Amino acid sequence: MTLLSVQDLTVEAGAAQVQVVRRLSFDLEPGKILALVGESGSGKTMAARSILGLMPPQLKLAAGRLEFDGIDLAALPAKELSRIRGARIGMIFQEPMTSLNPALPIGRQMEEALRLHLGLSRAECRRKIVTMLERIKMPDPQACLRAYPHEFSGGMRQRIMIASVMLTKPALLIADEPTTALDTLIQHDVLNLMTELAAENGTAVLLISHDLGMVARYAEDVVVMKNGEAVERGKTRTVLATPSHPYTQKLVDALPRRSEGGDRDETPRKPLVQLDAVRVAYPGPTRLIGKSEPKEVVHGVDLTIAEGETLGLVGASGSGKTTIGRAIVGLETVSGGGIRFRGQPIDLTDPATRSDVQIIFQDPFSSLDPRQRIAEIIGEPLKLDRQLTVRARRDRVRDVCDEVGLPQEFLSRLPHQLSGGQRQRVAIARAIVRCPAFVVADEPVSALDMTVQKQILALIRELQDRHGFGCLFISHDLGAVEQVADRVAVIEAGNIVEVGRRDDIFDRPQADYTKRLLDAAMLLSRSFAGAAPAPASA
Amino acid sequence: MIRFLVGRLAMAVPTLIIISIAVFLMMRAIPGDPATAMLGDLATPEMIARLKARMGLDQPLPVQYFVWLGDILTGDFGRSISTGDLVLPLMLERFQISALIVVTAVFLASAVAIPLGMFAAWRQGSAWDLSTVAVSTFLLSLPSFWLGLIILMIFGLRLGWFPVLGTIGMSEGGWTKIAALIMPVLTLLLIEMGAILRMIRASTIEVLRQEYITHARAKGLSEWTVMWRHAFRNAFAPTWTLIGLILGALLGGIAVVETVFTIPGLGRLLVQAIYTRDYPVVQGCILMIAVTYVLLNLLIDMLYPVFDPKVAR
Repeated sequence: MTLLSVQDLTVEAGAAQVQVVRRLSFDLEPGKILALVGESGSGKTMAARSILGLMPPQLKLAAGRLEFDGIDLAALPAKELSRIRGARIGMIFQEPMTSLNPALPIGRQMEEALRLHLGLSRAECRRKIVTMLERIKMPDPQACLRAYPHEFSGGMRQRIMIASVMLTKPALLIADEPTTALDTLIQHDVLNLMTELAAENGTAVLLISHDLGMVARYAEDVVVMKNGEAVERGKTRTVLATPSHPYTQKLVDALPRRSEGGDRDETPRKPLVQLDAVRVAYPGPTRLIGKSEPKEVVHGVDLTIAEGETLGLVGASGSGKTTIGRAIVGLETVSGGGIRFRGQPIDLTDPATRSDVQIIFQDPFSSLDPRQRIAEIIGEPLKLDRQLTVRARRDRVRDVCDEVGLPQEFLSRLPHQLSGGQRQRVAIARAIVRCPAFVVADEPVSALDMTVQKQILALIRELQDRHGFGCLFISHDLGAVEQVADRVAVIEAGNIVEVGRRDDIFDRPQADYTKRLLDAAMLLSRSFAGAAPAPASA
Repeated sequence: MIRFLVGRLAMAVPTLIIISIAVFLMMRAIPGDPATAMLGDLATPEMIARLKARMGLDQPLPVQYFVWLGDILTGDFGRSISTGDLVLPLMLERFQISALIVVTAVFLASAVAIPLGMFAAWRQGSAWDLSTVAVSTFLLSLPSFWLGLIILMIFGLRLGWFPVLGTIGMSEGGWTKIAALIMPVLTLLLIEMGAILRMIRASTIEVLRQEYITHARAKGLSEWTVMWRHAFRNAFAPTWTLIGLILGALLGGIAVVETVFTIPGLGRLLVQAIYTRDYPVVQGCILMIAVTYVLLNLLIDMLYPVFDPKVAR
């Protein structure tokens, strides 16, 4: 028996009738987990949203059948569809920060579907919700009812979201990138919780993801999508082990693998940047009388990055890893300890040092001025060099543009005309245009698709080989760190718990925290390791 | 929550002190001291000196300030130079009239603009949305005196529905008084409606893009519940601030509208007092307007957490 049968689903956008999803078909059995995998723009999210009729207004269902338990959802009047929404089909969303209403207490939001579909009284709802909150191990469920979303972390919110949707015991759960915005450790917890609850209630799951590694761990069947079409389908293990379509092969190849970045020569190098017992504190909230205690987020960190070396700095969000990076480039004030650059205390007011220390930010969508053209963005740092003629500046911008693999015609475009990967190339070009000695790369690939991640990581490594800058590579993603780092430092709650050569950290971790991080990462991205083709060059 | 409220309240105190100092100094800085002004052209230097001493104007400034502040705090704003009336009751009476007009206009404008704006946002890009935006932009760009005159001409002169001279209507009481207020209320309502409508529409559009709206729809909630329970609360916060600013600005300055409709409000009182160099009245009015502004925005701020719980931390 089939629970959800999608046949020839076609979704069109706007008056131009661009097909976002094209003749997509798949079946989902009750209680099973099926994954729709693809990169951004593959149409996977719109396909999932069309099942509940939740597409943005400019999109419309052009053709196809969406049969759920014998009912054609595509032909259902809005009123009857809303009786299925939330009752028999639940949906959870990607962004835990925006998918709960910030103005309503958690309890009010959780009870809505129960009251609407099951007609329970408020007291009955509360009882059910508290039981559920206890089930998902929320500390103090009673207080949770009255709390607002901003009082919880991203992982907590996503647990609340899953609990809220599972309260009505739907037959189908649509999970749209449920953990993409979360840290590795928390991803693991949240996905386990989701699959446990689904199994307890016999709920089938349609899992939307860009992460093949994660899918391999949780979904039995997979449909790989590209440009709105299904390019490959089958049992997840089979598809991952023997991908037949070139695109699937590319996706499988993009999974992090250490062989990508071979060991560099081991000759000892001169230390470039040294952190000595660095502390960073944020000022506490302003009080009327006196000052409240500052909150220290980095508690005396010692780190050394040598010339031409990449140090990977790994930790969960809130661990202080980004703060350390920002402190080095002078974006945060150090409250204790010191930072040395080439052996001297770092002085960022010195123009030479300033241009020697650069940073690449995480989000390529907000780190570029939307009103500047690409040539201006890349060329802006060069304006500080007064001796450079306009012509020399233009030549340099063109050279750098070639180096980062951007076509020259992009120079006259605006950031919004570029894809995420292209923008990150612009951000890299901006950072290296004055040939810095040291670059802080703050989660430079977290916002990108897997195949693009791989290209950007390769680019960073290649540029580093060519120019020999030292790099602090900050990430929560062990897979990315493994590909580019020479040495790795693991940070937990503002303290470095372990530093070592990359292979030592990954193969022989000492600290418990490192082991837990690695375990979670292994489960997600290497669950199919046994079945995957052997690394190309061993 | 309580800490937030107390904090906001305490923060208003320094603002009020600064205002009082500014008003005090402003009055002292104006050329021609009050004693000279009160005695008129025929005063001899001794008469001026005697009056100065009686008024305490020969004391050092800080002393004068505290004496003055003490008077103000006990409700003694002095007497009007031109009429000899006590300033405080005069101001309160005039303020009542202005406040009645402004509050009614802003309340009605919000009551009309908010549902219309939210509906326009819900149907973004439709003909309804476009025409709503066009009309509100048009209203927004009208000068209040012009719109006031047009309204006066149509409803007052042509149709003769409402009294043309507000002052006369006001003195009558009952229906005539209400009738005299309708045209100024309508003028302000039409103009402020445009601003409020555009604000709520813009923030509703922003909110409707959020995932929690899709989440609410995915729960099977009706569009009405989605809009009212989930969109309104989040979209209203910026509009609420705007309403506070509009109220504050209007309570201090609808002199133009009051003049067009000859309404004896606070704005006109201030303008007349400036013309006649009636210092105590000018000073009282400025102080009253400033304090109203601060207290009103304090009230708006204190209610803000109802719409955005993140603020009250």
